[in-house]
Parts: sequence; structure tokens; C-alpha cells
Amino acid sequence: MSAHRLLDAIRGALRTHAGVDRREFLKLAGITGGGFVLAAVAPRGVFASEGTEKLVASAELNAFVHVSSDGKITIYSANPEMGQGVKTTLPMIIAEEMGADWRDVEVVQAPVDEARFGRQGAGGSTTVPRTWNQMREMGATAREMFISAGALVMEVPREELHAESSKVVHTSGRFKTFAELATLASRQPAPEPGTLIFKERADYTIIGRAVSGVDNLAITTGQALFGIDTRVEDMLYAAYEKCPAIGGKVVSANVDEIRAMPGIVDAFLLRGNGDVRELLDGVAIVGRTTWHVFQAKKQLKVKWDESAASKDSWAELVTRATAGAGTRGEADVYAKGDVDTRFAAAGNRTLEAFYEYPFVSHFTLEPMNCSAHYRKGQNGAKDTVELWIPTQFPAGAHAAAKSMFGFEPDQVTVHQMRLGGSFGRRVYSEYICESMKISERVGRPVKLTWMREDDLRHDFYRVGGFQKVKAAIDAEGRLVAFENHHFGMKRDGEVVSGSGFRENEFPVQNIADALISNTWFDIGTPCGPWRAPRSNTNAFVMQTFLAEVAHTAGRDYVDFLLELLGEPRWLEEGNAWALHTGRAAGVIREAAKAAGWGRNLPAGRGLGFAFYFCHAAHVAEVAEVSVDAKKHVTVHKVTVAVDVGPIINRSGALSQVEGAVIDGLSTMMGQKITMEGGRIQQSNFHDYRILRMPSAPPVDIHFIESDFAPTGLGEPALPPLAPAVCNAIFAATGERIRKMPLADLGYTI
Amino acid sequence: MPNYQFTVNGERRSLDVEADMPLLWALRDVLGLIGTKYGCGIGQCGACTVHLDGVAVRACSTPVAAVAGRAVRTIEGLATGDDLHPLQKAWIDLDVAQCGYCQAGQIMAAAALLAANPQPSDAQIDAAMAGNYCRCGTYNRIRSAVRKVAGASSALWYDATAMEVSA
Ligand code: FES
Ligand code: FES
Repeated sequence: MSAHRLLDAIRGALRTHAGVDRREFLKLAGITGGGFVLAAVAPRGVFASEGTEKLVASAELNAFVHVSSDGKITIYSANPEMGQGVKTTLPMIIAEEMGADWRDVEVVQAPVDEARFGRQGAGGSTTVPRTWNQMREMGATAREMFISAGALVMEVPREELHAESSKVVHTSGRFKTFAELATLASRQPAPEPGTLIFKERADYTIIGRAVSGVDNLAITTGQALFGIDTRVEDMLYAAYEKCPAIGGKVVSANVDEIRAMPGIVDAFLLRGNGDVRELLDGVAIVGRTTWHVFQAKKQLKVKWDESAASKDSWAELVTRATAGAGTRGEADVYAKGDVDTRFAAAGNRTLEAFYEYPFVSHFTLEPMNCSAHYRKGQNGAKDTVELWIPTQFPAGAHAAAKSMFGFEPDQVTVHQMRLGGSFGRRVYSEYICESMKISERVGRPVKLTWMREDDLRHDFYRVGGFQKVKAAIDAEGRLVAFENHHFGMKRDGEVVSGSGFRENEFPVQNIADALISNTWFDIGTPCGPWRAPRSNTNAFVMQTFLAEVAHTAGRDYVDFLLELLGEPRWLEEGNAWALHTGRAAGVIREAAKAAGWGRNLPAGRGLGFAFYFCHAAHVAEVAEVSVDAKKHVTVHKVTVAVDVGPIINRSGALSQVEGAVIDGLSTMMGQKITMEGGRIQQSNFHDYRILRMPSAPPVDIHFIESDFAPTGLGEPALPPLAPAVCNAIFAATGERIRKMPLADLGYTI
Repeated sequence: MPNYQFTVNGERRSLDVEADMPLLWALRDVLGLIGTKYGCGIGQCGACTVHLDGVAVRACSTPVAAVAGRAVRTIEGLATGDDLHPLQKAWIDLDVAQCGYCQAGQIMAAAALLAANPQPSDAQIDAAMAGNYCRCGTYNRIRSAVRKVAGASSALWYDATAMEVSA
């Protein structure tokens, strides 16, 4: 399954609330079939570096939990860790339900085995909501098995026992430790999932705390964790050059000259399969160190056939959209009510604006890389491939190996490595395919590392676009009609990830008359999910435009938003992933209060407000900025109010919001990818501008911990940042911002 | 192939490599010290920051020939045995890392700063750390962790006392 389909499937499962999924999962995870016998060996495929020996003589309570006779509780983290914190967060949920003392817990990255662990991807801020019940069931199952064992050993009724601090405790105060009970507990029948009772929030001892990430010691002491840290015996290093005009075919290259260079072992052409998500044509260079292959790559002379390559030009897209801005789009028109009557009505004022936002790169600090070892089968055995991958979707490697070699999953071993950032970048398989093919060719393990320049020029970009928006305001200052002509992008006939303006964008569902139309431009530049796809640009357009509407109507923006939201209700009945107007109003009021919204500020200084809903999260942000005469922007503070339900790891949750604010600011201020002749024109940090520490504002974060089920926080705090800052710049200067990045308008930070 | 001798984390090393091989790749691919990271290769991101005779340098832009006879310290050698450097402790206490990829370089840059200036002002911290990029946006926590170690009286933006740390 391709990664974007997988994302959709995850969202689908969420919508149906995963009833079947969960039972299926528990069956797969081996819980429903009764207790496990003592598992005296480590599960297959666990990395030796991650404590295999420690699992020996441990008792397996279920697929996720082992307890050893010395009291160490081992919890598997099954999902990719890319900085979003799941490797700490999910085990916290298990430990909580189990009654474990967190200090006894050791978290181990699980082997990739979806039959055992369920889906192991990460994306769309879905990991927490998707696994919340599963993790609680894993913990509660283990707890009940411990209680059964405790009842046997202490010869008391189960009802008189409970679990806390890694102990089973009797009402009399007598107790047995998990360590003492581990073996017996592992032999107890697992309770039926339907009989499990989860802890009440008031009784939590782990969930809601600030817990330091489980890999922090390894990170701060420089131990191997990331994909790029992979070292295996006999390994060679590789680089891969693709056509700078994306999709071009290789005709020839000076591979003989390259092979003769110092430290180079081989250089050869690879023929791609034309799928940018798998393998494009290129030239592989293999050598003794990464540096040797990078040096050799700079000496490559390649003849490309660009006839089928991307011809994209950003300048041309701007010209076409600007020319079409006065029209209505012809494709995918959504209409309700009658906007034209509203726009024409006497007494209604209309407001129009044209917005532009660029392509941007993911720019993860760890560049794309993958280590692969292709082994020829001996004595008639099948060939196999072993992979060390920093990826959001490890199972994608199975599909990739099938596509490259016709391999079945049993011929592929995947080691899930920590990701040095991802933000939606590592969901396709091109760097995996490249490294597998190179290893096959040289017959040795190979670590492929992309140069930073490759990484910036061969991304799946956050798509750029344009929107022409129009509003009608009635005599009472209310928004009564909204129209959007959205200019989006298609590639190979499909709307690209991140492009689109849907009818559930706020406030389309809140008003009676709305019209959305589209014009699609065909492009060759690959696009992919980038932290809060669609939302990260639609929030900028909608929340600056609505603020302008409110201002034009002479209204306070917060009042205007609250009125638009109306009575507390779900906007889509029965869909817990839809906007809830009461939760929205809650974060809006909280952010306004915390930021001192409405305060008088000196000239040149202003507050800007934005609200956005995505990924089931309601978020409001207020930026306080100053702008000087040279258009230098100082962001004094960003105040954020978030409702994602109960917070699991307070530290991790704060980090996600802090990070989203900095990322949003960095992107809106300086980042822009342009292409001419299908070539990406930026290449490295010197021409792709990023935010540095001196420009990082303090972030004041307020969680509204409502009783709704917890949802993800990796993405939803990013979209409101840009409009909050733009609205603040307007308050400070009177200039409306309708184009990102702000560097193009002369602003600096 | 020329031979270069220098110390890495106090150990004598002898390498036969090209003179212009950057220290970064000598560390990572020849010596197997992968704690020092590659981010840009052009001295712009700070992921490769190490100490050369106690001063922070960019290993991607420092040829091996330039370190002959000198002392290199990497993130792997920052702790003294099992005793973490105070910055490493602060980084764990404040849960600074998100993805963690930039953090070795951040810690090495901060360690060089504090060695030269044990009580830097906020502006001095910002100036010293401006060359170290964090894609995940952990700047506020980095600043707080450095302040914490420096014993700064200025209020921590991030309230460290609110943090609870796993064993
Ligand atoms: S890798 Fe050396 S500064 Fe970026
Ligand atoms: S923590 Fe990810 S780059 Fe800094």
C-alpha cells in the first residue's frame, strides 16, 4: 500500500472508530488466545544494541509487555519516532494502565512486524488517537494477569487486589511485586478485551506528567540511533545522482573517470521505473567513505534526456494564476445557497483578496538515507534484503522490495531507525529503492546518503498555490457569503498531497452561502505531505482574510469568530473528527485571555489572532510583534491555546507546540522553493532561509484538557501561526500580508 | 596516502587518509564515531560541531590535515566516564530534544561557550548558538538548558522544576 493510501486508510479507521480493527489487532497481538508461556528468548529481529540480552528470562505478558524477574518492565514502542515523541508517549499509556512504576520501564524499539504489533506507521497526527485504546488494552491486560497471579499467590480474592507502583497490593496492605509474579502472571488467561476497565483520569500517576524522552541519554551522548548512524560489517558508502530536471532519464555518464577516483569502488547507471516514489534514473557511486562518494559526485558529467522531465516554472505559475484571478474556476465546483445574490445585494459590502504561497521543502536535518544489504540466496534459497531505514512507514519497504525485485515480505527484514526529523518527508520509498538496487549491484551492504543538495532538490514538496477569495458582509457586520477560487496542482492527473480547499474549511459550514471552485495546474514537481497538509496554507489564507473581513466590518476579530461559531455543537453529527464549536470557542477565549487580547500597544507593535481546526485539534494563537522602519519583525511572544483532550506527556506535548510555532515562523518568513525548467533553484542552507535561535520567540502554551479522547499534536499547532503573525503585522503597520514568504515582501526577522 | 596523528576524546589516533578529507567523515566513516552529524557539509548548520583544542569548530569544514597534533573532542567524549557533562544532564532534565539530530552539535557548541564564558548573557547565548540550526524548533529549551547550567538568575522560559524525569 502506498504511503498516502496508508494515511487515508488510517484516517478511515479512525472515522469508523476502529471497532473491528481493534479486535483484529488484539487477536493478532496474541492476547485473546489465553496466556503466553514464559518467553525465554527475545522476539526475533530485535536490535542487539537495544537490550536483547535483558529480555532473556523475561515473561511476556503480551506483544508489547515483558517483565523480567529482576523487575525490569520492557515495553515495545512499535511506531516510528521522528521527534513527535511516540516512543515515550505510547509506553506511558501502557505503563499507566498496568500500574507500573515508570522508573522500572525500559522502552525498546519494536521490530517491524505488523502481524504482531498492528500498524506501525506514523503520520497525520494519528498515532495517539489510533493507538489510545490499544495501548490501554495492552496495559490493562497485563495488569489483570498480574492481579490473577497475585490472587493465587496471596490466596485472596481478585477483587481485593489492585496494581500500583509495579506491585499487586491487597486491601490489607500486603503486596507482591511484579518481579515476583512475572512468570506466573504470564501464564494467566488474558481477560477478554470487552471486560477490561480502564483507569479514571483522577487516578492517573503517569499520564499527564512531564516525562523526559526515553532516548535522551543516547541522544545527548552521541550513541547510534538514527538511520544515518547505521554501520554494518563490510559496508560501503553510496551516493546517487538524479536528473536536476525532475524525472529526466540518464543517457550516459563519465563513470570510467569516476571509478578511477580515489576511494571509489564502483560507479554505474541505474535505470528507474519512472515512479518518483520508487526509482528514478540516475548514476550511483559507491566508495570507501561518504566523503569519497560526495567528492566523486561533484565530478560527475552526465548526459540527461530531459524530454519527459518536469518543465515547471514557478514564475509561470504565478503569471497564470494572477491572470485567472478575476474568473471563477471551472473544476470541482462546490456551491450552496446563492453567493451571487449576496454579493449583489444592496447594503452588503464585498471584500476580495488574492493570496499566494510557495512550494517549500521538508528540509529534515538528517538527510535521506538508507542502508541495505542485498544477499543472494545460497543453495537455491531465495534472495533477501535487510534494510535499516528512517521511515514513517516501515511496511512501505515491503511494497518497494516487491516492486524492485518481486520479493515477498518474508524476503525483507526492516530495521526501524529513529528519524532525524520527517514532517511528512519520509513516507515514500525512493531512497529505500535506490539503496536496495545499489546493494544488489555491488553485492555488499551499502549506506546511501543523500547530499544536502540532493535532499533539497529531490523532495516531495509542500505544494504552493493561489487563492482568490471574496466575502460579502451585511449591514450588521456579519459574514454572509464566501467564495474561493482555489488554484491548485495536479501531477499525473491526481491532485497532489497538500493541494485543495474543502467544503469543511472553516467557516464554510457555518454560513449559508458559499462557493468553492478550482483551477488545476499540471506540474511535474513531486509533492507530498508536509506538516499539516492543506491546513498549513489554508489557515494562512482564511485566518488573515477573515480578520480582514472583521476589520472591514468594524468588528473585533475574537468577537467576530465567536459569533460565527455560534452555539456549542459538532459541525458534523457523529464525526468526532469534525470541528466542535464549543471546543473552538474554548481555545479562542483562553488564548485571548492569556495574551491580553485587546490591550493597547505602542505604535509599531501589535497583536494578531488566529484560530484553526485540523487533525481533530482546536488551536488558537496570538502573536505579539513589533515591526521597525526597515521591516524587521520581532516576535515578542506567541500564546497558544490547544484542545486535544487529555495530555499524555506534558513535556512532549509542549515540545510539539513549541516546535510547530518555530517551524511555522521559519517557513512563513523565509522559505520558498522555486523551479525553472523543472529544476529546483535552491540547494543548501545558504539559499534556503531558516530561523535561528536569536529569532525564536517565547511560546506560552495553555492546554484545555477536555474529556474528549486524546488526539495528536504533531501538526495542528502549526497552521494558525502564520496568520497570527500576519494579523499582528497588520495591527502594527497597517499592511495586509497576502503572500508568503514574508522575505519576498521585504520583511526580515 | 599521508598519515595524521591526533587525539580524539583523549585517545591517540593515527589515520592514513587524504589531507582534505573533512574531520566529519574521518570521525564518522573511518573511526566509527557517528555521534557527530552531517547536516549541510558547508559549515552552515552546526550539526557537525566538535571541539578542536577546546574551541568549537565545524567538522565538515575542517580538513584532517588541520587537526594533526591537536586534540579533538566529540559528543562521545564529553562525559567523564559515567559522569555526564552538566549540559548533558540539563538536556535530559529539560527534555530538550525532539528528533535529536541536531543536539550533539548544539551541546558541543554550548559546552565550548560555557568553557570560555561560564556565565553568558542571553544575548551571548543566542550569538554563540546562532550557527546551530534546529529543524524541530527546540531553541527555547536549548536556551533554558544553557542558562540552567550557567546558573543564570534570569527566569527560565521553560520551567525546569515542573519537569519530572524518568529514571
Ligand atoms: S554539516 Fe557541518 S555545519 Fe552543517
Ligand atoms: S531536535 Fe530535531 S533538528 Fe533539533
